Amino acid sequence: MDEKLVFLTICGMGAVTYLPRLLPMLLLSGRRLSPWIARWLSFVPATVLAALLAPGLLCRDGEFTLELDNIFLLAAIPTFLVAWRFKSFFGTVATGMGFVALGRFFFS
Amino acid sequence: MKKLKELAHKKKSEGFWSGVYQALPIVLGYIPVGFAYGVLAQKSGLGLFNTVAMSVIVFAGSAQLIGAGLFGAAASPFTLILTTFVVNLRHLLMSAALAPKLRGWKKWQIALFGYELTDETFALHTMRMAGSTPQKSQTFAVNITAQSSWVFGSLIGYLAGGQITDVRPVGLDFALPAMFIALLVPQVVQPVYLMMAILSGGLSVALYLLGFSQSHVIIATMVAATVGVGVEQWMKNSSS
Repeated sequence: MDEKLVFLTICGMGAVTYLPRLLPMLLLSGRRLSPWIARWLSFVPATVLAALLAPGLLCRDGEFTLELDNIFLLAAIPTFLVAWRFKSFFGTVATGMGFVALGRFFFS
Repeated sequence: MKKLKELAHKKKSEGFWSGVYQALPIVLGYIPVGFAYGVLAQKSGLGLFNTVAMSVIVFAGSAQLIGAGLFGAAASPFTLILTTFVVNLRHLLMSAALAPKLRGWKKWQIALFGYELTDETFALHTMRMAGSTPQKSQTFAVNITAQSSWVFGSLIGYLAGGQITDVRPVGLDFALPAMFIALLVPQVVQPVYLMMAILSGGLSVALYLLGFSQSHVIIATMVAATVGVGVEQWMKNSSS
């Protein structure tokens, strides 16, 4: 693909990304939602983040893995503890990355 | 960073610096992930301009990593656009979930705000807007800081791409999971949310392994949210 076509493709990717980001908030922002929908939406943050997270911790190369050499799963334990105990967003991310770096340094 | 904290504190009335400060944890995650994207884009044969353009125009982590890989594999524009659409369709749910917090916003403000809605900015805004209505300048500062760090990470990743073969030794590839953990934990405010998070995570893994590797997130989220409303109603009925 030449650079021009790549750029046009990127613009198309941008458009199909932007519309789902924009339309619901544009259409719903002024309205009062029915209590059922509001309750359904209140579950979205926790469920969407868990759905994004879980495959990264439990799958590798398209397969399920609970082996002890799954460094992401092991690092997730202290990361969860820091997030829960200290409620520090910055500290949590730093802890997770630090543990993975240390684990790789010592065990591989 | 301490200085920024003081600045954020001092200028609380202005809000902007406070928003920059609140976005710092996202910056910590976005620079390495953006870097990884930049390296991959360079190796996939994308030019500097298009690599950075994707971070400015699309601004979506996993979709850009998949996209760079597809460009490298010489996929058609149609495949690229369709894949991006499916991967990013989950933002539909996040956009709807934030909508009630944007009451009274002007249309152009919503248009700007929605442009920078990502998994991470969504989760942060959900927390920030939970009990209060933060200043708009603060809200936009969060978004602008987040995207700037993403673009910056992509740029240095591209420039370093020739030298770097593997980003794994430094733990950079755990930045995204770590961010999701940091954002997920504060959302679990009641036992029913914990149950549904576990259900959603389990479903997402199962769908992913079954081959729904682009739509697993949105399907798992919708099923778990629906079950959650049902369970909540059932608990209410059985306690009254």
